[in-house]
Amino acid sequence: MRLIELKNIDKIYEGGVPTQALSNISFCINQGEFVAIMGPSGSGKSTLLHILGFLDRHTSGEYLFDEKTIDDYSKEEIARVRNKKMGFVFQAFNLLPRTTVFENVKLPLLYSDVQETEQDSLTVKAIEAVGLSHRISHESSQLSGGEKQRVAIARALVNNPNVIFADEPTGNLDSKSGQIIMKIFQRLNENEGKTIILITHETYTAEHAKRIIRIHDGAIESDMLVTKRHKAETTFIK
Amino acid sequence: MKLKNTIQTAFHGLRRNTSRSLLTVLGIVIGITAIILVMSVGKGAQNLILDQIRGLGSQTIIIGPGQEPKGPSSYAELFTDSLKEKDITALKKPSNVRGIRDLTPNVEQIATVSYEQETMRTNIIGTSELLSKILEVFPNEGTFLSDNDVKQKAKVAVIGSEVKKELFGPSNALGKKIKIKGKTFEIIGVLLAKGRVSFLDVDHMVAIPYTTAQQYLLGINYFQNIIIRVESEDIIPRVVDEIKLTMRETHGIDDPSKDDFHVMTQADAAERVSMITGILTILLMSVAAISLIVGGIGIMNIMLVTVSERTHEIGLRKAIGATEKDIMQQFLLEAMLLTAFGGLIGIGLGAFFALLTSVILTQIIGLNWSFAFPISASILGIGVSSTIGLIFGLYPAKRASRLSPIEALRYE
Repeated sequence: MRLIELKNIDKIYEGGVPTQALSNISFCINQGEFVAIMGPSGSGKSTLLHILGFLDRHTSGEYLFDEKTIDDYSKEEIARVRNKKMGFVFQAFNLLPRTTVFENVKLPLLYSDVQETEQDSLTVKAIEAVGLSHRISHESSQLSGGEKQRVAIARALVNNPNVIFADEPTGNLDSKSGQIIMKIFQRLNENEGKTIILITHETYTAEHAKRIIRIHDGAIESDMLVTKRHKAETTFIK
Repeated sequence: MKLKNTIQTAFHGLRRNTSRSLLTVLGIVIGITAIILVMSVGKGAQNLILDQIRGLGSQTIIIGPGQEPKGPSSYAELFTDSLKEKDITALKKPSNVRGIRDLTPNVEQIATVSYEQETMRTNIIGTSELLSKILEVFPNEGTFLSDNDVKQKAKVAVIGSEVKKELFGPSNALGKKIKIKGKTFEIIGVLLAKGRVSFLDVDHMVAIPYTTAQQYLLGINYFQNIIIRVESEDIIPRVVDEIKLTMRETHGIDDPSKDDFHVMTQADAAERVSMITGILTILLMSVAAISLIVGGIGIMNIMLVTVSERTHEIGLRKAIGATEKDIMQQFLLEAMLLTAFGGLIGIGLGAFFALLTSVILTQIIGLNWSFAFPISASILGIGVSSTIGLIFGLYPAKRASRLSPIEALRYE
């Protein structure tokens, strides 16, 4: 099933000097894919992710999500899609300060139409899935970077989305914590069929995905399947 | 997002900055405290004055000279000598006015009263034997003034309980001679302690026959007021009309706007007092309201700081599915909780200060003051403070809700 389809997407930032951030981007992503979008900083990969995640609007071209063009989504529908169908993981974790792991993970459910009685059990399940059950009532500030990112993944996961957008998720982590994160993504993709779209500038991290789209100066440089795929090997999860 | 969760979230936001929240809300606290205090004390003052008016009895009518005072220009004073003996005679005729039970003319003066070495300045009231019945004040020892005392311009006096205490201490006062403005009076009675009745402080007064007062103390032939007690409250409007007609006839006045007297009933007086205290209360409250506006601007300022501090959080919430309405509600509720909380503290403090005022007034100054805490004041306090939160929180909340999620997430 076709989840994402971009047709000739341009993004121009207005301002003193208009900047072309993306030009003529076209590709499709199907349900269940694991795609890495790669490029050096300033290449436009984050802009592309923001457009894909409904966080920003493209200037011209057409973007279909779930076979429906974004122009047909109202403000409320956009909020609902972000809530139900998308999960976000950011480089800076973006957890709420002075708030427990449990509350952080539960947050998307508060904005959803999930029954209150189910919210807690879904939250616990998502925290289990990233192996942080023992930290459930810790405050986010008491966690290590890797653990914070796992909380962010649990939060992205809790409302059972179709696609998870991860913007440099390992950028702030040491290699061991990064491995754990990539392991979780691979498992979510393979075992639960989640579509994962990963932004990175590291080839090694990108090669954990099944497909790599390389971007340079706002244009697609290459789009190919990964032949020698890395398997994140760690045994932290039961 | 459900309201319950929004409230929780808003609470959480406020708790993160407890000391700042408290400082921010100080302006609102002060404003609401001032409003509650003014309302409560205003109500207490009104009750006090109304009680005194009611002390006169609802069956009482007072006739004063000149027109009803209507402001600082005392046009009324031109006629201060308009009440004369012939008015008493005319009013006493049942064919002129029906339903008068008792009636007495009065004159008053503050003067020095002395007995041997003891002296005091107090209120001398020249009146008739009927004052006792009209005000329902009776002698504890001896007798009140009599009809004869008035007719013969007798130099006799009936003194209030405090006057007795001051001049004579525990010893007997009856039959003793006191001096008022150098004239000698014999004490024929001591009144029961009764506190204030209407405009008279019974315990501190010295009552002498009005004829005596007119001739020996004041050298005048007119009265300062006439107090009338009617047979029942229901007939007051008719009696007032008849009094006016009689007085105009006696004074030869055709045009009611040229009246040289005025008639006050207890209802009139009560109404006027309520109006005056009401105006004063509103005046003072509008001063207090200014501090609420200042407080509100403080709230707006801090909410704007909060919004920019929490740009990241707002961006994240939007990214995970919060609508503009959700964000707007969260920040509005935060502002409203803040101000409503300030309002609550203000109500508590206001009530406390009002209670303190009443304690001071009763215990130290000795007024018969009752603590009044109008429920309407607390409802108003909460209502006003939350409304201020709503008004001054609107702009920051709107700004928060309009933030673009990527701008917000990128913000460092």
